[in-house]
Amino acid sequence: MSGAAPYERRLLLRDRGGGVLRKLWRIPWAFVLLLGGIAAIGYVALYSAGGGPEPYATKHALRFGFGLVLMLCLALVDIRAIARLAWAGYALGLGLLVLVLLHGNVGKGAQRWIDIGPLQLQPSELMKIMLALALAAWFRRASREQMGNPLFLLPPALLVLAPVGLILKQPNLGTGLITAMIGGAVFFAAGARLWQFALALGAAGIAAPIAYAHLHDYQKARITTFLDPESDPLGAGYNIIQSKIALGSGGIWGRGFLQGTQGHLNFLPEKQTDFIFTMIAEEFGLVGALATLALLGLAIGFCFLTAFRCRHAFGRLLAVGLGTNLFLYVFVNIAMVTGAIPVGGVPLPLISHGGSAMLTTMLGFGLLLSVHVHREVEFAEAGEG
Amino acid sequence: MSLFPGGRREEAERRRLFTRRAAALGLGQLALLGLLGIRLWRLQAEEGERYRTLAEENRVSARLLPPPRGRVLDRNGLVIAGNRLNWRALLVAEQAQDVGATLDAFSRLLPLQEHERARIERELRRHRRFVPVTVREFLSWEEMARIEVNAPDLPGILVDVGTTRLYPEGEHLAHILGYVAPPAERDMDGDPLLALPGIRVGRAGIERFHEIPLRGRAGAVQLEVNALGRVIRELDRQEGIPGQEVRLTVDAGLQRAVRDRIEAGTSVVVLDARNGEVLAMASQPSFDPSLFEAGVSARQWRDWTRDRATPLINKTTNGLYAPGSTFKMVVALAGLEAKAVTPTERIHCSGHLDLGDTRFHCWRRQGHGSLDLRGALKQSCDVYFYELARRIGIDRIAGMANRFGLGVDLGIDLPGAKRGLVPTRAWRQAQGKAWNPGDTIVHGIGQGFYQITPLQLATMAARLATGRAVQPHLTRSLGGQPAPGGRPEAWPPLGLPERDLKLVREGMWAVVNEAGGTAPAARLPGPFGVLAGKTGSVQVRRVSREQRERGFRAERQPREWRPHALFVAFAPYEAPVYAVSVVVEHGMSGAGAAAPLAREVMVEAFTRLRDLPLPPAPPPGPRVAEAGAGTGAGDRR
Repeated sequence: MSGAAPYERRLLLRDRGGGVLRKLWRIPWAFVLLLGGIAAIGYVALYSAGGGPEPYATKHALRFGFGLVLMLCLALVDIRAIARLAWAGYALGLGLLVLVLLHGNVGKGAQRWIDIGPLQLQPSELMKIMLALALAAWFRRASREQMGNPLFLLPPALLVLAPVGLILKQPNLGTGLITAMIGGAVFFAAGARLWQFALALGAAGIAAPIAYAHLHDYQKARITTFLDPESDPLGAGYNIIQSKIALGSGGIWGRGFLQGTQGHLNFLPEKQTDFIFTMIAEEFGLVGALATLALLGLAIGFCFLTAFRCRHAFGRLLAVGLGTNLFLYVFVNIAMVTGAIPVGGVPLPLISHGGSAMLTTMLGFGLLLSVHVHREVEFAEAGEG
Repeated sequence: MSLFPGGRREEAERRRLFTRRAAALGLGQLALLGLLGIRLWRLQAEEGERYRTLAEENRVSARLLPPPRGRVLDRNGLVIAGNRLNWRALLVAEQAQDVGATLDAFSRLLPLQEHERARIERELRRHRRFVPVTVREFLSWEEMARIEVNAPDLPGILVDVGTTRLYPEGEHLAHILGYVAPPAERDMDGDPLLALPGIRVGRAGIERFHEIPLRGRAGAVQLEVNALGRVIRELDRQEGIPGQEVRLTVDAGLQRAVRDRIEAGTSVVVLDARNGEVLAMASQPSFDPSLFEAGVSARQWRDWTRDRATPLINKTTNGLYAPGSTFKMVVALAGLEAKAVTPTERIHCSGHLDLGDTRFHCWRRQGHGSLDLRGALKQSCDVYFYELARRIGIDRIAGMANRFGLGVDLGIDLPGAKRGLVPTRAWRQAQGKAWNPGDTIVHGIGQGFYQITPLQLATMAARLATGRAVQPHLTRSLGGQPAPGGRPEAWPPLGLPERDLKLVREGMWAVVNEAGGTAPAARLPGPFGVLAGKTGSVQVRRVSREQRERGFRAERQPREWRPHALFVAFAPYEAPVYAVSVVVEHGMSGAGAAAPLAREVMVEAFTRLRDLPLPPAPPPGPRVAEAGAGTGAGDRR
């Protein structure tokens, strides 16, 4: 069926038949250690935010432990099985998004979640991963001609627009835009033409003013506050100003563990979730902040490294999608707390307090590890050629 | 697809494209993360100092510490205005599970009125939940014990102590000390201390006059607060400067003794004639200054202001009277200075003096016969002084009156003291009226337009006794620094010939101590030395000729139409120490009502204070000259 040489066939056979132990051997343990290091930073920051192991730090460690098990289990699942389940996953994600619109709980005007037992699940977080999966599955066999054909790109565009529309409807502007950007990154990596992007951006540019008119007042306030945070120092701009004060007062070496006054005297809003990076920067200074940023950057880099080393398009595209997802979390969160972009409830992966975020983050890393472990498998093309 | 021959090439090409694209994505993301790093560098390294300051401002809150208000002592060191601990029950809403239940429980121990409860609930709504709200002030020991014993049933209630002003002498010194009250809008002078809850400012008397030194300077405490304003801990504390202690010239014992002897409408001033120190200053009726502490009720205020006896007004400085015959010494000295009369010249009194077709009567209808100046003072002959006034004119009389402190601002350290009035030609013209020659006659015996305070009369007596322009004052020392003017030399001489003064003093001696004088009732008992004085009786209504012819009897008139009784005196005659003025409203006659009272007051002063030592003479230096010049200037105002 395949034109592979015997040597390669052997190689493939060996890969395909790899037992659990072999797969465990192929898991990049240095990367797992890196994730542990980032989670440890989160533990220290949450210890300070809570003034002790309770109420945040211990839970954070337990959640990371649970997520680690989930991630390692996923790493052992054959990537081809995952690819087969991509559509089901996407459908599940979309279904949950519809469900949350109908029955979800609303907090702080924007975040929508569903209670699943003790867990609060934000379907929009899950959806980002499912979207990357679905797009990777769609594009994995696309030829250059197909990529040039707008009709071929229409279904995946709808795959992106459907969840984005639902998320914007929640309404959650930030997550909606991030989801769209993940989609765009996979399109880009899959080889969509640049003029197609230009066309899409142009369409978005025309739609934006119309959309702005339909934005909720609080969303408009975020945008205006971003343009001039000092205009409303006690209202919407308060968070940004206090966050900048905390960051700045940290200086180069920081004020010391548990010594940050901005955080400990509650001047910092939501210090255990969205503004956790500010805690780190106040208490450990520029050094601590840059170290955290660097570790997260390494994790993103590993996603791309996995993509480059992967022999099948599905894994490559999925890894790029997951890496971009991680990057967007990190970038948006840190840009937000440093006052570079408008505030929008985006947590810092592995560091912010929150079960749902930890779960989806570790799910993403589990998929990434599966790609890494199965980077050399060959997809059967039977029935599809 | 892979079955096509080009499948592998196609696959390789796709992979190259992917690698390019993914590398672009990765590098773009790396660049953006780098930008974040630069932003962090800007915020933390370059602007760190500025933000650190902002963080400090965030967390540090300065609070003022009220200093204790300065005490006021009498001349012997007795506390006459002090501070008392004020035990209060406070409620912290945050610490009470159920505010309503706590207040109910409190009410069962110490009943809370409906309006008290409304106030508490209003304040609770206005403040954050950790701010204590006053439930009840001025708790007694028993009330406090009751709260403490029941503390478990009163979650959120705590007992705490503040200070409140205490006046041990009560209403005896109320007119001198004044009172304190919560500051009003007009009291705000920019001192942040005034914004503190529970702070009081002086509203009258010494409390007001020395408000700034008495108040002291606020201390400050630096507190670490969180974003809600709750205090986390104290960072730094600077104690304030307590208010300065004021020592008065008043003798509390003498003041009390004097006030115990007088009835409503009577004013008595006792001065140290040598230096102007006010030893007692009594005005009846008075008021309880502590009532102002918590704010006077509308009803109490109405009662006070409607009372015709004017309890809130210090009549010694604000009551205005014509001086009557006590003014005759001034006219005598003016006549002598103007050489309009010689000490030996005799003027005949036939019982009246005619000017044009107007007849001015002497108080003694049958006349005094021929009198020299000493005799005219001794017998208080009206005709003699009518004649003298006619000779010298009103303006010379007014000039001499001013030199004796009448109708001028004496610079007393009490706010609002009246200046009074001694009429002049110019004053009358300013009213658009002409000064009639007949007016001069009447003003020669201290009747007419005069408006003189009892304090000015006492000052006149002191100046007559010493020949120096002493000014009355109440402050003996402020914050341990003696006030200027304690030594007689500090006061400039009046510039009158000693011979003239001696003559007038002799007249005053004769009033009391010589047979035929008008005030034998003022004569001091042997051991207390010799008193010299002068009576006065002032009509409050004009007596028409018709009434006079029908046989006018003042004692048959309604009380408020009866004449005021006045007496001024100094003693001992040889070396004067005390100067006294007594004004008894509607007391009928100076000799009958005021002179005996003056005698009692003088005996009291001698008994309590003896010969009253003066402060030691300060070493010679510029300070003395300065003090003398400064106080002399006040007289010319």
